[in-house]
This record gives sequence, structure tokens and C-alpha cells, in this order.
Amino acid sequence: MTDPALIWSYLAEGPLLWLTATLFAYLIGNACFQAAGRQSWANPVLIAVILLAILLGVTGTEYQTYFEGAQFVHFMLGPATVALAMPLYDNLSRVRRAALPMLAGLVVGSSVAVVSALAIARAFGISGPLLASLAPKSTTAPVAIGIAEKIGGQPTLTALLVLLTGIFGAIIVTPLLNLLGVKDWRARGFAVGVAAHGIGTARAFQVNATAGAFSGIGMGLNSVLTAIIAPMVLHLFGG
Amino acid sequence: MIPALSLILAFQLVGEVLSRLLNVPLPGPVIGMCLLVAACIWRPSLADRMRPVTQVLLANLSLFFVPAGVGVIAHIPTLREYGFGLAAAIMGSTILAIATGAWAFSLVARWTGATDPSAMKDDGND
Repeated sequence: MTDPALIWSYLAEGPLLWLTATLFAYLIGNACFQAAGRQSWANPVLIAVILLAILLGVTGTEYQTYFEGAQFVHFMLGPATVALAMPLYDNLSRVRRAALPMLAGLVVGSSVAVVSALAIARAFGISGPLLASLAPKSTTAPVAIGIAEKIGGQPTLTALLVLLTGIFGAIIVTPLLNLLGVKDWRARGFAVGVAAHGIGTARAFQVNATAGAFSGIGMGLNSVLTAIIAPMVLHLFGG
Repeated sequence: MIPALSLILAFQLVGEVLSRLLNVPLPGPVIGMCLLVAACIWRPSLADRMRPVTQVLLANLSLFFVPAGVGVIAHIPTLREYGFGLAAAIMGSTILAIATGAWAFSLVARWTGATDPSAMKDDGND
């Protein structure tokens, strides 16, 4: 098997190539993020996704083939969610003192996320399954997909909208809350966890450990609340 | 490292089982997270043993979202048609949700006296 075309077709079908490509794309994304002075616009996920999308487009590779390899990385979302227990445990006394503010931030942030997303999409003439795919976009991917399936959305489209929400939230949170003069790390972290789930939480951890812990809690609580309110709000918008 | 990772997977596994058994809207990993917090409260020595592995996982949290993000290539036709409206909905709602959520949190923290001076941001850093 010395023909480069044969070697390529062998590698392109197996998990090794795409797993390696995913890790390298992330390393490049992370290097860009560091080189840009850890500015939020140089989001490592965004850079890695663009690089891989170009690579798949150029090589004519199907997403399913890519995912065969990348699924090992995707799987780690679950254990990483469990690992959020540690910053939560370390901040337990802070969390206990902030129960009421968290409840307020959760109810307001979560409802505003669902209602405003559907209202804006509706104004642009989006309806039906697309609206249902959009409703749970502020929750973490596995939960959002479960909710979308229940209310008649398209799971893979939901996964993408979840991603875009997370990346946008991670990019906008620092300048937005600086502009609004919110100085409480707990409020900053919690709000981005509710609105932009794990990617927002990843961003919060890059900035401050307390913000990261509160972001993780916001993400967890919002996955429960959105499961309850998304179907109701969707019904309201005639989805 | 392997014992801690095994424990994390075990907590996720129990979470998945409970999520289905009790038919709650909470996903398995989130239940696993709650159980791990409870276990650390019960046995504080557990937290010290888990910490190195959880720090590695959380330091690379962004990486784990990359494969799902590449799914963008499977939805290019939908995005071509509805991309503008979807982008407006995502951007608008995310800005509104972060702003109102942070505002509600801070407001109630002030009302209830649940402020925390040690959790305040200094001027200058981001």
C-alpha cells in the first residue's frame, strides 16, 4: 500500500486521522487565543471549528466520517460536566450565601433567553421545526438535544445552534458586562452559564475561578428550567 | 489519574441510570455532578483525590465542544436560507439573557444583603 491515494482512503475512513486533526485544530486555536492575549474574540472553539470545516470541505469528507474519529473528544463532555462538581464544592459556602440572587438570575436569564430568541426568529419569518430547534439553544448540548427531540425540533441543528450561542456568549460576555458595570464575579459567571452553557463556563474559568464555579451552577440549573419552560414558550409562539 | 477518572465515569453512569429510572428532565452528567458534590461533602478527602483530574478536564473544556461545532458543515443549506434570522435570534437573545440575568442577580444580592466583597472584580483586569 504505497500509493498515497490508498493510504489516504485508508486513513480518511478510520478514527485516527480525524481525532488527531481535532486535537491539532484545538491546539492551533488555543495558540491563537494565547497569542491574542487571551482576548475573548479569539475563541479557541471557533478557530478550531473553522479550520476543521475548511479541512473537511477541501478533502470532501462527510461529517459522519469525521465524527467517527471525533466522537472520543465529544464523549468527554459528559465527564467534564461531572468534573464541574469540584469548583462547585470548593465554592459551596459562597453558593449557599447566594441562593436568592441565583434564583433571580436563573428565572430572569432563562426566560429572557427562550422568549427573546423565539420572538426575534418569529420576526424573521422562522417557524415550525426551526423554531423548536432554536428554543433550547441556551442549555448544554446533551440536554438541548433531548428537549428539541421532545418538542419537534431537529437534534443536529439544535446542537449547532447551541454551539453558536455558546461561542457568541463567550465572546460577548466580557465587553458586555464591563459596559454595564457588573463587577460581581458571581453575577458575571452565573449569567453567562445560564445564557451560554458550557462554552460560556469555559470562558468564565479562563477569567476567574469564582465566575467559573457560578457559571457551572447556572448551566446546570438552566438545563432543568429550560426543559420546563421551552415547550410552554414554544406553544405561545405557535410552534 | 485512572482511579479518579473511573470515579468520574461511575458518577456519570449512576446519573444516567437515575435520569432514566426517575424520568426527570435532568441529564445524567448533571445528576452525576450533584452526586459528586454530595460525596465530597460526606468525604472531604475524596475532593483532594479528584482535584488533579477535574482540573485537567475543566482546563480543556473548550476542546470537547469542537466535534459538535464542526456539524456546521452538515447544515449549510438551512443556514443559507435562514442564517440571518437565526443569527439575529442567537445574538439578540444571548445579549439580553446575559445582561438581564447578571442584573437580576446583582439586584437581588443587594436587596438581600448577599453581597460578597471577596468576589468583586478589580478595575482594570477583564
